[in-house]
Amino acid sequence: MRIKTTVATAALAATLMGTAASAETLRYAFQGTLNQLDPYTLNETFTLGSHGNVYEGLTRRAPDLTIEPALAESWEVVEPNRWRFHLRKGVKFHNGNDFTADDVVFSAERVRSEGSDLTSRIGADVKVEKVDDHTVDFILPGPNPILHYEWDTWYIMDKEWTEANNAVKVTSASDTTPNHAALNANGTGSFKVVSHEAGVKTVFEKNENWWDKPKGNIDRVEFTPIGSDATRVAALLSGELDMVYPIPVQDIKRVNDNAGTKALTGPELRTIFLGFDQKRDELLYSSVKGKNPFKDVRVRKAFYQAIDINAISDKVMRGLSTPSALLISPFQYSRSDEFERYPYDPEAAKALLAEAGYGDGFSVGMDCPNDRYVNDEAICQAVASFLARVGIKVDLNAQPKAQYFAKVLASNGYDTSFYLLGWTPGSFDSWNVLHNITGCRDDKGKGGPFNLGGYCNPKVDELSAQILVENDPVKRDELIAQAFTIIHDDVSHIPLHQQGLAWGVSDKVEVAQRADNQFHFRWVVKN
Amino acid sequence: MLAFTIRRLVQAILVMLVVALISFTLFRFVGDPVNQMVGVETTPEQREALRERLGLNDPMLTQFGRFIINAAQFDFGTSYQFRQPVAELIGRRLPATLELSIVSAIFALFVGIPMGVYTGLHRDSILSKLFLSISLIGISLPTFFIGILLIFLFSVTLQWLPSFGRGDVVQLGWWSTGLLTWGGIKALILPAITLGLFQMTLIMRLVRSEMLEVIRTDYIKFARARGLRQRSVNFRHALKNTLVPVITITGLQLGSIIAFAIITETVFQWPGMGLLFLQSVQNVDIPIMAAYLMLIAFLFVTINLIVDLLYFQVDPRLRAERATH
Repeated sequence: MRIKTTVATAALAATLMGTAASAETLRYAFQGTLNQLDPYTLNETFTLGSHGNVYEGLTRRAPDLTIEPALAESWEVVEPNRWRFHLRKGVKFHNGNDFTADDVVFSAERVRSEGSDLTSRIGADVKVEKVDDHTVDFILPGPNPILHYEWDTWYIMDKEWTEANNAVKVTSASDTTPNHAALNANGTGSFKVVSHEAGVKTVFEKNENWWDKPKGNIDRVEFTPIGSDATRVAALLSGELDMVYPIPVQDIKRVNDNAGTKALTGPELRTIFLGFDQKRDELLYSSVKGKNPFKDVRVRKAFYQAIDINAISDKVMRGLSTPSALLISPFQYSRSDEFERYPYDPEAAKALLAEAGYGDGFSVGMDCPNDRYVNDEAICQAVASFLARVGIKVDLNAQPKAQYFAKVLASNGYDTSFYLLGWTPGSFDSWNVLHNITGCRDDKGKGGPFNLGGYCNPKVDELSAQILVENDPVKRDELIAQAFTIIHDDVSHIPLHQQGLAWGVSDKVEVAQRADNQFHFRWVVKN
Repeated sequence: MLAFTIRRLVQAILVMLVVALISFTLFRFVGDPVNQMVGVETTPEQREALRERLGLNDPMLTQFGRFIINAAQFDFGTSYQFRQPVAELIGRRLPATLELSIVSAIFALFVGIPMGVYTGLHRDSILSKLFLSISLIGISLPTFFIGILLIFLFSVTLQWLPSFGRGDVVQLGWWSTGLLTWGGIKALILPAITLGLFQMTLIMRLVRSEMLEVIRTDYIKFARARGLRQRSVNFRHALKNTLVPVITITGLQLGSIIAFAIITETVFQWPGMGLLFLQSVQNVDIPIMAAYLMLIAFLFVTINLIVDLLYFQVDPRLRAERATH
C-alpha cells in the first residue's frame, strides 16, 4: 500500500512537472517589424521566415537548407515539362479545413495575381492542373530544373477560408483597407497566430494538430520588434528575452562574456560586393573626363588588388565574415572552392593603373548604404582608405538605405559610378546571380535589373540562357563554372565577403540557426 | 473678444497649412517609398506601376492638394508599410504616448518644484549643490544616452525594471492603459524619468531663480517682520508667487514632451506615436509621417491658442489696447 502511494505520488509529481515544463514560452525580438500576415505581400527574409512558422509550402528547408518534403510528400518530373506533386493526406488548416489540391491550385493563382510581391515563385505561363484531390501537375513552357527551389516560401493558403473572408485579392501597397488575410492567418504550420499588432507585438501558439512532430518544446511565442541595437542587447542581457537578432558585431564579446547568454554566429548567404559603372562613356562622379576608366579591365583589377580583404574581415567585421571570390555563397554553389580571390597586392595595383594610363590616380564618387548591411559604411570607409594608397581618391557618399536605393536603382537611372551592394539569390541558385547581377541590361534595367554598373558580356548571357533550361545537374554546374570564370577574369565586380549572422541567445534555449537568417520555432528547445 | 478669437483661429489654420506644405516639400528628400514596400526581385516595371497607383508620379502640388482635402475630412490615407488606415494606427498608439507624457510631466513637476524650493532657500547646502549637479546632467546629456544608462543600470545590472515595451496593458474601450497592472507601471518608470528629466531640471532651475527673486521682495520681508512662521512664509507667500511662470512653462512644455517622446520611445521600444513616426521615416512611410507632423502641429497650435485666449482673459491690458484702436 505504502509503495503504491509513493508510486502514485511520484507519477503525480511527474505529471505536474511535465505540465509545468511543457508550458514553455519563447520571447524574442528582431530589429524590424512584422507588418502584415498575408504571405504574398512582401518578398523579404524576415517576413517570409515569420510566416513560415504559420504557413507551409509544398517543400520546406532543413536547418542545413536542404529541401525536404512538406505539404507535398513527394514529387517527380513525369515529362521534361510536367512536374507531378503528391500531396500529404490528412493535413488540416488551423481552422480545421482539409488541405487538398484545390488549395494548391488556388494559391498558385493568388501568388501570381496583381498585388502579390512573390510573382516570381511560379512563372506566369506555368499551368497548374489538379489531377485528383491529392495530386497536382505543373506544366511548364520549358524545362526548369529549379522550379521548386523557392517553394519553401510559397505558402499554401486555404481556398475556402480566403474566399469566405473576401481576401482573394492580395492586399497591395495601394489598397486603402487591409483585407482579412493581412490581419489574420490560417495556415497548416506548426504555430498559430493568437494576436498580431503590427509593429508592437505578435503572439503565436503551438498547433497541437500539426501533421509533423516538432523537434522543440515551445508552446507559446511572443515576438516584439526592438529597433534600437542597445536596447535589444540589453533586453537579452537582462534575461527578459530568450533570443534577439541581429546583435551588432561589436557586442558579440559582451554577450558571450555575460553569464547566461551567448552569441550564435555563422555565415550568412548574402554576398557583399563592389560594382563599377561600365556602361556610360563618361563617369557621373569622377575627375576623369571624356572616358570611363572602369571600361578598362586593368583598372577594375587594380581596384580589386588594392583592397586588403583580410584586414576588412579582421578589423571591420571582427572576424564575422568570410572573404569570397564569387558573387554567390559556397552554400549555394557546389564548386565554389575552385575559385580564388585575386591576391591583395597594392604594388601590382599601382602597376596596373599605370599601365592603363592612370599612374597619377583619379578621383571617383562612391555610393554606400549605412543601415542596410552589417557595418556597410565602415566597409566603404576601409575600401576608400585602401584605394587612397594606390592613388585613387574616393568621395564617399554613405546614406540610409531609403535614400541610397532611391538613388542607385533603375527607377533613378542607375545614378552611380562605384557602389557597394549585397545580394542573396532568393532561389538559392547561381542563375539568379547571373541574371540579376551580371546579365546585360538596357537603360531601364531589362535583362539584369540589379546590375547597377551595366557590366555586359554576351558570352555570360549565352551560358546563363543554357543554365536556365539544363536539367542535368553536373552539366549545369559545369556551365555555371564557365560563366563564373568569365566573370572572374573580367572583374565584373569585386566580391568582398559573405557577412556573418549574429544571434544573441539565452543559455536556456537551443535554436537552429539557418544560413538564410530565417528563425523557425519548431526547432527551439527551452530548458 | 470674438474678433480676437477669429483672428487667432485663422492664424492657426494658416500655420497648419504652412506645416503641411513644408513637410510635403521635405518628403521629396526622404527617399523612395516603393523600394521599401517590395522585395528585391520586383521588376522595375512592377515598381513603376506601383508608383503610378500610389499617385507618386503626380506633380507635388496635386499630391499636396489631395492630401489637404483628405486631411480636412480626417482621412490620412493608408500606411505604406502596414497597409492599414493611418488614423487607426495613430489612434492605437496615442494612449501609450499620452500616458508616458503625462506621467513624465507629473514627475517633472512633483520632483522639480520641491528641489527648486529647497535649492532656492538653502543656497549653500551640500544637498543643493548635489541637486544642481544632477540638473546639469539632466540639461546637458542627450536623452537617448540617459535612457541607455538607466537601462544598463536598472535592467541589466540590477534587473529591477524592464528595459523595453509597455509591460502588461489593459484595454479600456479603445484606450489601452499600462497604469492598472504592476508590470505596466514598472515598465513606465524608466521611460518616464528619461523623458521627464530635462523638464524636471528646467522647472527646478526656474523655481529656484524665482524663489531667489521673490525672497528679496518687500512683502516677504514684511511677512517675516509680521512674525509669521518660516514654513508659512516660504510656502504660502513665496512659492505661490513663483508658480505663475512655472504653470505657463509647464503648459507649453507638455507639447514638447509629447513631440520629443520620439527619442525616449525609440530607446525603450515604447509602442507610441513617436516610435511609429521613426519607423515610418526609416521606411519612407509618407502617409504616417504627414499625419504625425500634422497632429503635432495641431497640438502646438491648440496649446498656443488656449494660452493666448487665457492671457486675453487674465491680462486687462490686452483688452484695453483693443478698445483704444
